[in-house]
Amino acid sequence: MRQIVRVTERVQETPSTVTLRFDHAGAAAPGQFVMLWLPGDDELPMSLSWVGDRKGVTVKAMGDTSRRILDIPVGTRLGVRGPYGTKFDLSRQRVLLVGGGSGTAVLAPAAEAALAQGAHVTAALGATTANELLFEDRLRSAGAKIAVATDDGTVGHHGFVTELADRLLHEATFDVVWTCGPEKMMRKVADSGRSVGAPVVFSVERHMKCALGMCDACSLGPFHVCVDGPVFPAEQIARLDEFGRFKRDPSGRLVAA
Amino acid sequence: MAAVEANLAGIRLRNPFLLASGIWGESGESLRGAYEAGAGGVVTKSIGAVPRDGYPNPTVETFESWGMLNAMGLPNPGIVEYPQEVARARAAGVPVIGSVFAGDADGFADVGRRMESTGVLALELNLSCPHAKGLGSEVGSDPGEVERVVRAVVRAVKIPVLAKLTPNTADVVALGLAAERGGAAGVSAINTLRAMSIDVTLRRPVLANGLGGLSGAAVKPVGLAVVWQLFDALTVPIVGIGGIRTVDDSIAYALAGARAVEVGTAVAFGGVGVFGELSRGLPGRLDELGFRSWEDAVGAAHAGRSRPTSSVPS
Repeated sequence: MRQIVRVTERVQETPSTVTLRFDHAGAAAPGQFVMLWLPGDDELPMSLSWVGDRKGVTVKAMGDTSRRILDIPVGTRLGVRGPYGTKFDLSRQRVLLVGGGSGTAVLAPAAEAALAQGAHVTAALGATTANELLFEDRLRSAGAKIAVATDDGTVGHHGFVTELADRLLHEATFDVVWTCGPEKMMRKVADSGRSVGAPVVFSVERHMKCALGMCDACSLGPFHVCVDGPVFPAEQIARLDEFGRFKRDPSGRLVAA
Repeated sequence: MAAVEANLAGIRLRNPFLLASGIWGESGESLRGAYEAGAGGVVTKSIGAVPRDGYPNPTVETFESWGMLNAMGLPNPGIVEYPQEVARARAAGVPVIGSVFAGDADGFADVGRRMESTGVLALELNLSCPHAKGLGSEVGSDPGEVERVVRAVVRAVKIPVLAKLTPNTADVVALGLAAERGGAAGVSAINTLRAMSIDVTLRRPVLANGLGGLSGAAVKPVGLAVVWQLFDALTVPIVGIGGIRTVDDSIAYALAGARAVEVGTAVAFGGVGVFGELSRGLPGRLDELGFRSWEDAVGAAHAGRSRPTSSVPS
C-alpha cells in the first residue's frame, strides 16, 4: 500500500544532489528502495539513503521528474510505496564500499549498520570534483576509513574510483565489496574483486513501473531488478550481455546504456 | 494421476496454465522464465505496430491480497523489435501465443501477420484493454467491430486466432458470438474491469491515467460468470482469466467451461513460482475430485442442467 508523507527536511548534499527526509513507518533495510510519487508528476524508484522511521532519499537530477523532485520544498506531500527489493548482507566483518557519485546514497546506510555491528568499513568514494563527493563526512563520523578519487584531481586520487578500489583490494583483505555507480564502473570493481578473491555485491538501477515483479519494465537478463535486486551478487549479473551495455527504455526496447 | 494436458484450438499444452498477457512478457528471457517455472505456455505482452512507452507512473495500485489496479497503457517495444524476444523464448521450447493490438481491423491484420511470422503458435487479439484511448475495449465493445477485426486477422494468418474479450459491457456473450462469427478459434475472458482509486488526502486519482483495470481475487467471480455464459452460448474453446491463484481457482474455471487458464496478478503477489505450485498441485487435486483428466473437468458444472442460464438474472 501507498503512504502519503510530507517532506520534513531538505538537505543540499552537493551542488547536484539533495536529500529529502520524511516520516514513514515500515521496516526497511539498507539496500532497499521505495517508489516515490510526486503527485501530479511521475513515480520513480529511489534507493533509501536513510532507513528507520525517519527515512530519506538522496536525489540527483537524471530526468525531468527527478529534476523537479530536487526543487520541492519542505512540507510537500509525496506518495511512498515499499520498501521493496533485496538487502545488503550485514554479517561481514571487513567491508569495502565503492561508491561512484550518487551511488554512495544506497551504500551509506549499509555502512552505518555494519559499523554499528562492529564491522570495519573502508569507503572508496568517487566524484567528478571535490564538492560532488557524497556522504564523505557522514561515513567518516560513523567510523569508516575514507579514500577519495576525483576526475579532476581537486582532492584525493586524480582518476577513477575503480583504480582506488583496485589498490585497496590489493593492500588489504576484505570479506565483501559493496558497490553502486555506473554499470561499467561496477563491472571493473567486480574484476578487481575477482582477482583477489573478494566477493562483490552490486546495487543496480533500472527503469521501473510496477516494482512488483510483474510488468517486466526492469528486466535484466533472467532477473527483475525490482524483486530479484536491486542488490545482486556480482557473479549473477556482471557477465550478462545487457549489463553495462543496454537498458530497456519505457517501451521495453533494449537501448544503449 | 489425472492427465493435465490441455488442448486449446489444436495447440497441445503440457498443462492448462498460461502466463497472462501483460505480465513478464516484455523480454524473451522472462517468457522463458515463466515456462521454466512451470507454466504450460505464455502469452506475450500486447504488441502494436510501433513502440509505445505507456503511461507515466503511478501505473499500479495494490489492495492487500484481493486485487490490483493497473494502467500501464500498453507499453511495448513494437512489432519490429519484438521478434527477437519471441525468438529467445522459442529457442527454449516455450509455447508462445502472441498478443497484438491495433485501432482497427486493417491494423490488427497487419500486426497479426507480422506476429505470426515470429513463429508464435496462436494469436490473442487484445480487444479489451479498459483504459487505452482508441484501442482495446474501445474497439472491442462493439460486436460488429469485433467481428470485423477477427475476420480480417483470420484471413491474414494461418494460425488460430483467439479474441480476448472485455467484461466492461452489458453483453459479453454478444461479443463472444461476434468473435465466433468472425472465425475466432477461441475466446479469452476476462480482461480487467475498468476501475479507479482516489487518494482522499491528495484529492486526486492515484493512477496517472485516472482510470485503470482491476484484476486479482476480486474479479474471479466475474470471470467465472463470463466463462459460464460464454460456454453456454459458444462452440469454440474458452481461455479463462481472472483472479486465478490456486489450483481450485483453476478447476472452478474449468468447471465453468475454460479449456485453459491464464494467470497474471498472482505472479505479482506471489512470484512466478505460482506456476510450479499450480502445475504440481493440479493432478492430485483432480484425482481427489474424481476427474480422470483436466479435459474431463471442462464444462462439468453445466452437466445435467436442463437448459442454459446464460441470461443476466432479473
